[in-house]
Amino acid sequence: MSGAPVPAVCVVVGDEELLVERAVARIAAAVREEDPTTEVHELAPGTFHPGQFAELTSPSLFGERRVVVLRAAQDIVKDMVPGVLAYAADPADTAVLVAVHAGGAKGKALLDGLLKAGAHRIDCAKLTKPAERLEFIRGEFQREGRSVTRNVAQTILDTVGSDLRELAAVCAQLCADTEGRIDEAAVARYYTGKAEVSGFTVADRALEGNLPDALEQLRWALAIGTSPVLITSALARSLRGLAIAGQPIRGVGEGEVAKRAGVPPWKIKSIRQQARHWTAHGIAHAIAVVAETDAQVKGAGTDPAYALERAITAIVAARR
Amino acid sequence: MTAAGVFADLVDQDAVVADLRAAALAAADQLRGGPGTGMTHAWLFTGPPGSGRSSAARAFAAALQCPDAGCGHCDACHQVLAGTHADVRVVRPAGLSYGVKETRSLVLRASSSPTSGRFQVVLFEDADRATEAAANALLKAVEEPPPRTVWLLCTPAPEDLLVTIRSRCRLVRMRTPSNRAVAELLVRREGVDQRTAAEAARAAQGHIGRARRLAVDDEARTRRLAVLDIPGQVDTLGSAMLAAADLVQAAERDAASTSGELDEAERTALRQAFGEGATGKGVQKAVRGAAGALKELEDRQKSRATRIKRDSLDLALLDLAAFYRDVLAVQFGADVELSADPARVRAVAGASSPETTLRRLDAVMRCRRRIAANVHPQIAAEAMTTALFTG
Ligand SMILES: [Zn+2]
Repeated sequence: MSGAPVPAVCVVVGDEELLVERAVARIAAAVREEDPTTEVHELAPGTFHPGQFAELTSPSLFGERRVVVLRAAQDIVKDMVPGVLAYAADPADTAVLVAVHAGGAKGKALLDGLLKAGAHRIDCAKLTKPAERLEFIRGEFQREGRSVTRNVAQTILDTVGSDLRELAAVCAQLCADTEGRIDEAAVARYYTGKAEVSGFTVADRALEGNLPDALEQLRWALAIGTSPVLITSALARSLRGLAIAGQPIRGVGEGEVAKRAGVPPWKIKSIRQQARHWTAHGIAHAIAVVAETDAQVKGAGTDPAYALERAITAIVAARR
Repeated sequence: MTAAGVFADLVDQDAVVADLRAAALAAADQLRGGPGTGMTHAWLFTGPPGSGRSSAARAFAAALQCPDAGCGHCDACHQVLAGTHADVRVVRPAGLSYGVKETRSLVLRASSSPTSGRFQVVLFEDADRATEAAANALLKAVEEPPPRTVWLLCTPAPEDLLVTIRSRCRLVRMRTPSNRAVAELLVRREGVDQRTAAEAARAAQGHIGRARRLAVDDEARTRRLAVLDIPGQVDTLGSAMLAAADLVQAAERDAASTSGELDEAERTALRQAFGEGATGKGVQKAVRGAAGALKELEDRQKSRATRIKRDSLDLALLDLAAFYRDVLAVQFGADVELSADPARVRAVAGASSPETTLRRLDAVMRCRRRIAANVHPQIAAEAMTTALFTG
């Protein structure tokens, strides 16, 4: 977009959040390139009145430029539509209006009117075809000046799934973590590390008693393809650390305690802090829960994600 | 061999021996062209672990091949008991399951005519390890057997086998042998002294193989004593967790020493079979074949190592369960022969209630079930020892 002047009225059409975000950010950046003092104003339906819109879009006293982002344009009240369309037909040269529209049947009159008035259209519809997602992944690497083969893109898609935000995050991480060629081995390395780490994050949050975060980490871990078995073993390992290293053992040095508990020595301090919120019976109960869950995730007929959620809830409840 | 012939070592199984002997005579009658009443082509040997069900099946196989219905000293008897008889195929699943492909080829071989002119016998140990598809393949064979083929299946309980197969088999139920009978066998067969034999028999609670191992293997005895330390050890949460780790590590060491020897011997045999170091035409092909076979062997060995580790852990858990049963017996004032050191049993009995003991027994049995269901052994063991701690 750099070089050519930014169109005075743009419509970003579609519901693929990440693409919408990026389109809006790109427009704002292009305007700022022309005038670094540009201010960006966000308007959402129900939070502003017609006068405010008129005020923001009219030429300002000092001639500074503005970007006015009209969020969820399909939801704005009917009364406002004529004002927006009138502005689009004759926009001010000091403002850029960006209307974000979901693209459905709702608010279609506004969208059609804007386009008819000559608004620049940017499509951000959800990617539905695998080929589009592969193209997206390869585009992500190109943005960073890297490139990957189709097979690597496919591997990433297979392991991460179709959420563009996660895909983008993973691509960025891979670019940052990998020197040289990004091949399938690099993807596999990234994921094994991630899978182990994520199991422990789940366990840490659960033992701290932070149920919402523990559940969120669990969903994320499962979403990136962490095996449920890795999560039960991470839970077991953390509880083992708590059970053995939670209290000093008479006549046994800390180094030896850490060794017996299977934890690094620097973790002893934080384990002891955690241990204040646990009784011996509570830990024993949590260990029983983990064993039962390990049986469930390995057996047929149980949904592993559900079994793990219940386990984490039970572990958090077992705290003092 | 004594006058009892091939059946001499079936400890305390008089009824079973009488049945099998009669069937062997009927089989001989059939070979002579008689009606052979009392003989059948499919048998199911059941009984608790260690009661000797596969020994009974093997003795019966010898009796079928022996011109004298199991004299115990002819070539046929020796060959069957040594596992070298051409017409007796022993199937012992080394892994956790036995697949349909293996079963089909087994069925095929079993249908060939016997080289000795007597019977083609298939002895299937641990037939409960057959997968469902494998069991169905087996069913067809048991339903319509060739006239000279005899199937001898072994499982812990009749219920371990598909009902359709079970209903076509004649059932042989082994009973748990008495401690006295086991001890006598140990003295006679292993040459150990009376006291060691009696102790081993008591500790093994009717499991003959276990009793033999405890009688002759110092390490097995040491391991058992370590297991029986656990009830006195679990006085804090931390020590309960460490006891679980020790238990699992002991099983791992046991499995490693057992399977390590087997593994190396098998690899060497395989390399020799593929002509290691050979040169010339066809070597390329042989090398490729060897690589595939080696991979297959390694998979099999891995599966077997898992099984040995589980079995070893299971023995430890059985010792532990026996200990708490002793505790319960003392708490109820029952007059029984204890399997473990009476002083230790009484110490735990005095410090806990029968309800607690029952809960602890439950925890041990649950751990066995979980390990059988593939739960990580250490996790299962930790859940058990911490339950022993909470009581
Ligand atoms: Zn004989």
